[in-house]
Amino acid sequence: MTLYQQSIGEIHKKLADRQLSVEELVAESLTRIEQVDGRLGAFLSVDGEGARRKARELDGKLQQGGQAGLLFGLPAGVKDNMNTEGLKATCASKFLANHTSIYDATAIHKLQQQNYVLVGKTNMDEFAMGGSNENSGFHAVRNPWNTEYVPGGSSGGSAAAVAAGEVYFALGSDTGGSIRQPASYCGIVGLKPTYGLVSRFGLVAFASSLDQIGPLTKNVEDSAHVLQAIAGHDPSDSTSLDVAIPDYRQALTGDIKGLRVAVPKEYLGEGVAPAVRAAVRNALAELEKLGAVWEEVSLPHTEYAVAAYYLLASSEASSNLARFDGVRYGVRSENADNLIDLYRKSRSEGFGPEVKRRIMLGTYALSSGYYDAYYLKAQKVRTLIKRDFDQVFERFDIIVGPTAPTPAFKLGEQAADPLTMYLNDILTIPVSLAGIPAISVPCGMDNGLPIGLQIIGKALDEPTVLRAAHAFEQHTEYHKARPAL
Amino acid sequence: MSISLKQVEHVAGLARLELTEEEKEMYTEQLNAILKYAEKLGTLDTDEIEPTDHAVPLANVLREDEVRPSLPLERVLLNAPDEEDGQIKVPAVLE
Repeated sequence: MTLYQQSIGEIHKKLADRQLSVEELVAESLTRIEQVDGRLGAFLSVDGEGARRKARELDGKLQQGGQAGLLFGLPAGVKDNMNTEGLKATCASKFLANHTSIYDATAIHKLQQQNYVLVGKTNMDEFAMGGSNENSGFHAVRNPWNTEYVPGGSSGGSAAAVAAGEVYFALGSDTGGSIRQPASYCGIVGLKPTYGLVSRFGLVAFASSLDQIGPLTKNVEDSAHVLQAIAGHDPSDSTSLDVAIPDYRQALTGDIKGLRVAVPKEYLGEGVAPAVRAAVRNALAELEKLGAVWEEVSLPHTEYAVAAYYLLASSEASSNLARFDGVRYGVRSENADNLIDLYRKSRSEGFGPEVKRRIMLGTYALSSGYYDAYYLKAQKVRTLIKRDFDQVFERFDIIVGPTAPTPAFKLGEQAADPLTMYLNDILTIPVSLAGIPAISVPCGMDNGLPIGLQIIGKALDEPTVLRAAHAFEQHTEYHKARPAL
Repeated sequence: MSISLKQVEHVAGLARLELTEEEKEMYTEQLNAILKYAEKLGTLDTDEIEPTDHAVPLANVLREDEVRPSLPLERVLLNAPDEEDGQIKVPAVLE
């Protein structure tokens, strides 16, 4: 297997044994980007010079007898809605086309402490709003398995970059499925941690009560490595949880005997493609062989989740994005002659259609006379969705289903109809509303496109989620498949 | 409930967005489709249900009111579209 197809674990061994230098590893990553990114569009900016400089610095540390930790020297991509000092952070929006980060996000700071190598910033749907990456203000991202198909979104650049071997891991952000769904479409592993486990400081806010940073990796063990590095309390994020962080690698025992698995009937119902259903049923048979016991359950409010989510997330977005006014940073319209006009023109020139649509929806849902009917109602439905999960978790350890109802779709296929596009997230959104952790792992292929299995856990029970995902992975080959690019 | 073109204009004003005639029509149509879909929430009885504004119950998170270092001015102004003497410049606010 060539270098770029390997996992963090495999590369780490080579670095630690001095079979490979960080400079060689980074050069390989940059070459791979040069070779394939013209076809994929996964990156918005690549910092080759900075990455090579960092590589030499890290090789120097090794020569002086330094120890290589698990992420030491590993080239990574970071979604362009996270701040990495000195590099651009555009959120794939024309509004921030020239915006340079003036500080590091906490998750980035933590990765630096592990001596990772930042290679570049990955493409995304503008301000993380979308499920196909077609909403990028700059260019679409293509699926490495078939470039006529979307990679999913909104962390589509991060998913495509990892699947194509451009980087060894990437950070994404997940608000309603934006890590898990692109991981599913691109045949890799994507983890959305419990809300509050990873600091949001330095992540440009979309919907603050839902946003969460997480890793995209080639396998579950790598996911545990990255989560270990980025999790933890941060006083700079008042919603960050002050809890002890377990050793996630220790959870990967391979033993799931007696694990109680719930399978919601709503997750295998109407609208879920037959191939996806079949792949999930096979996965359940596999878990059963490993000693898990599964039972069908009901999450009765599933069908209300998408409606509640779009009202809540758009409301929060309309408030969060009010800061983009053309005054302190970002685009300032040349055509304004007073302050209000400057706000209006800068925002109208800078934002793309999906962002405007969500700001409009959120502003309407929060406006006088409609607040109770839409925003408050959606918050109450959020309670019902959360209760569905609480009740199931009284009797079960994990919930298993598909990550997305279908494999990836073609570019342009759903672009004209926002509502259809929103419904792709029907199986990831309930988890986001409940704030609980979930992972997507590869569990099959349909017509050359990957299918993802979603494993959902109790709040802060990432160890069980990772253990189940890892056990499944150990006994299947799906995660070993690589796209031919 | 449905949203009229006039309401779309009103909401755009609140959101500080300037829409073209085509955009107004497009958003009227699309928002109506989304709001129609959202009507299904109305079929649930939520009279006795408390709203959830956050998945994780957190009380007010307080800290001591101590002076802490902040970013240097030149870095803060790095992305400012227009500045003068360490301050951000905007068009006249008062006529």
